[in-house]
Amino acid sequence: MTRVLRALLKKEFLQIGRDKLMIRQIFIMPVVQLVILSSAATFEVKQASTYVVDRDHTTTSTGLVNRLRASGRFNLVGASPSMDLANDAMLSRKVGVIVSIPAGFESDLVNRRAADVQLVFNAEDGAAAGVTQSYAAQIIAAYTREAGAELAPTIKPASIIDVRARGWYNPELNYRDYMVPGILVQLVTVIGTLLTAMNIVREKEIGTLDQLSVTPLGQGTFIAAKLIPLWIIALIELSLGLTIARFVFHVPMVGHLALVYFAAAIYLVAALGIGLFISTLVQTQQQAMFITFFMLMIYLLMSGMFTPIRSMPQWAQWMAQVNPVKHIIGVIRAVMLKGATVSDVAVPLSFLAAFGVVVLSLAVFQYGKQRD
Amino acid sequence: MITALRAFVVKEIHHILRDRQTLTILLLMPLVQVVLFGFALRSDVRNVRVVMVDPAPDHATLAIRNRFAATSRFRIVGTTASTDAIEPLFRKAQADIAIVFEPGFASRLEDETPPRLMIAVDAADPNTGTTMQYLARAVIATQEAEWSQGNRSVRIDVATRMRFNPTLESVNLFVPGLIALVLTLVSALMTAISLSREKERGTLEVLLVSPLRPAQIIVGKVLPYLALAFANVITALVAAWLVFHVPFEGSLGLLLAESILYSLVSLSIGVLVASRTPSQRAAMLTAMLATLLPSTMLSGMVFPIASMPAPLQAVTYIIPARWFIVIARGIMLKGVGLTYLWRETLILVAMMVVMMTLAIRSFKPRLA
Repeated sequence: MTRVLRALLKKEFLQIGRDKLMIRQIFIMPVVQLVILSSAATFEVKQASTYVVDRDHTTTSTGLVNRLRASGRFNLVGASPSMDLANDAMLSRKVGVIVSIPAGFESDLVNRRAADVQLVFNAEDGAAAGVTQSYAAQIIAAYTREAGAELAPTIKPASIIDVRARGWYNPELNYRDYMVPGILVQLVTVIGTLLTAMNIVREKEIGTLDQLSVTPLGQGTFIAAKLIPLWIIALIELSLGLTIARFVFHVPMVGHLALVYFAAAIYLVAALGIGLFISTLVQTQQQAMFITFFMLMIYLLMSGMFTPIRSMPQWAQWMAQVNPVKHIIGVIRAVMLKGATVSDVAVPLSFLAAFGVVVLSLAVFQYGKQRD
Repeated sequence: MITALRAFVVKEIHHILRDRQTLTILLLMPLVQVVLFGFALRSDVRNVRVVMVDPAPDHATLAIRNRFAATSRFRIVGTTASTDAIEPLFRKAQADIAIVFEPGFASRLEDETPPRLMIAVDAADPNTGTTMQYLARAVIATQEAEWSQGNRSVRIDVATRMRFNPTLESVNLFVPGLIALVLTLVSALMTAISLSREKERGTLEVLLVSPLRPAQIIVGKVLPYLALAFANVITALVAAWLVFHVPFEGSLGLLLAESILYSLVSLSIGVLVASRTPSQRAAMLTAMLATLLPSTMLSGMVFPIASMPAPLQAVTYIIPARWFIVIARGIMLKGVGLTYLWRETLILVAMMVVMMTLAIRSFKPRLA
């Protein structure tokens, strides 16, 4: 039996090697994707183009504006006393933030001890507006303390605790470090699931699957011969991706490289199983592509790759618990960025193993039913 | 001639209707996407898990801990005496932020020597990290304000307005992008596959001896998909409006007209891909690479273009979806009309002219 399997494996590899399109799909596309996506998939917050409507024109109001500019987070692109001009600039997408300082700003601060400032954000870019807002609030708070000390030196400042903050694991706030592990998972998932589904359905479409069913070939041998090459190819793919991540993008690898491979090898059983399952449901390659695309989209979007899972509603969090992509992304991020060890990621890994066994058994069962 | 075209369109419609699985997915896709994007893809930060490191608890540290416990955003998942406990919790993803108090916190406060407090954040995700840190600082600041009551120090009240999307709901931003994605998928991808299938099976050569002209074959192929794309746009809009109350500020007529324009660009790309590729699989792959991927990743639908590196920003200029999303967001969220969007519209028109010319030129159903 092992001889048959070996012969079949040889045939599969030969077939893949001969198929130029397949080779391109396996090796060139992912590299392009990785290079483009890891630069494009970023919520990194750049300088916000700022329009200032200063109706006060005092040292305090210009001080505030200068303070915002000096932070490097805000880039002054226009100033006038007219809110209409500012709104117009925002409507034509030239401005991201409007800082509006009313007349009497300084005198209010001196006499009433409180003054108003209005910040208007263009929230078209969603997350970025929120982050820019937190920066603005921190800068203005710091400025208030200083202005308070200057304008009313007799009064103690409101800040009585020495607060320091440290961001761990990604001190330079580099978005790419965070996204690359996710993109690697996406790559092996697409290769594992899509190619498995397409590869088997293609034999179905051409009719060679029917020919195989009249040979003495066992069902298990056939499936093994189909899945093992793709499992190996996906791991090669991962190595390619990791090499690029390491040498082109300098993404850190704090934990053990072997653990990344171990986790991926387990996860791929699940990914290939899903592909096999899809192939039993459809008749044409077009259908296989659409169903796989549809399922992967849901899997990837709900996996926490782009947005934190704990911000999702409860039902989505439950769904995420049984999503293999969520677990593998968590594991790879933890190993690469935080240096997690086997015991740290034992729980998600055992889930992945269990999931793989269940899906693969289901798929094999379904495949057998269809063949009868 | 018109009857021939009609018969051809009817045949195409039969083709589409017969493949139930693909049709179901095509019709369901926009619905599922709107629901997923709307409910699940939120970038606001909630449910932050805090671990308190309080080696010597006193009334002051308890007051701050209670502040955190009382907020709805933070959830205290543990209290320890040593900072060593932080790292394993972060690695197992069981905590997101740690608040570390200095021993003798209350007595230092009374001595008026500012006690030290450290916020350690799991900043693997930079934006969430920044936001969590800001939220924690804000909680501490409220407690400080309470302690320093009576000495009225200076304050600046900041009024913030998030324009065009006051609640930062991601669904409002995604729906315009979604329309672009669905239009791309149906127009470019489906057209490319369906045309190249006829090519692969040789039925395109049969059409050659029919009285239909190449342009008519294209029109016949394209019309049913255009209708399908339109049905999808309407589904997405209705779902967005019914389920999420996504605002619609501008003119529906203008949006639909721009959708047709964008569909025409995508359809032309689909025809072009089909005529340049040898097989169904190659067509699928090329169409995905040339349309679907850039339309999701480089169009500003999910990731802001302003955040991308300059060379990539330059690439986005040739992606039709980029311009369509500006138009769709402008109409839906800002309620602006052609006065603000004429430039983007002109670009799409130019793209349509170029793509259509290329497509018709390269589409020659002749014997290979």
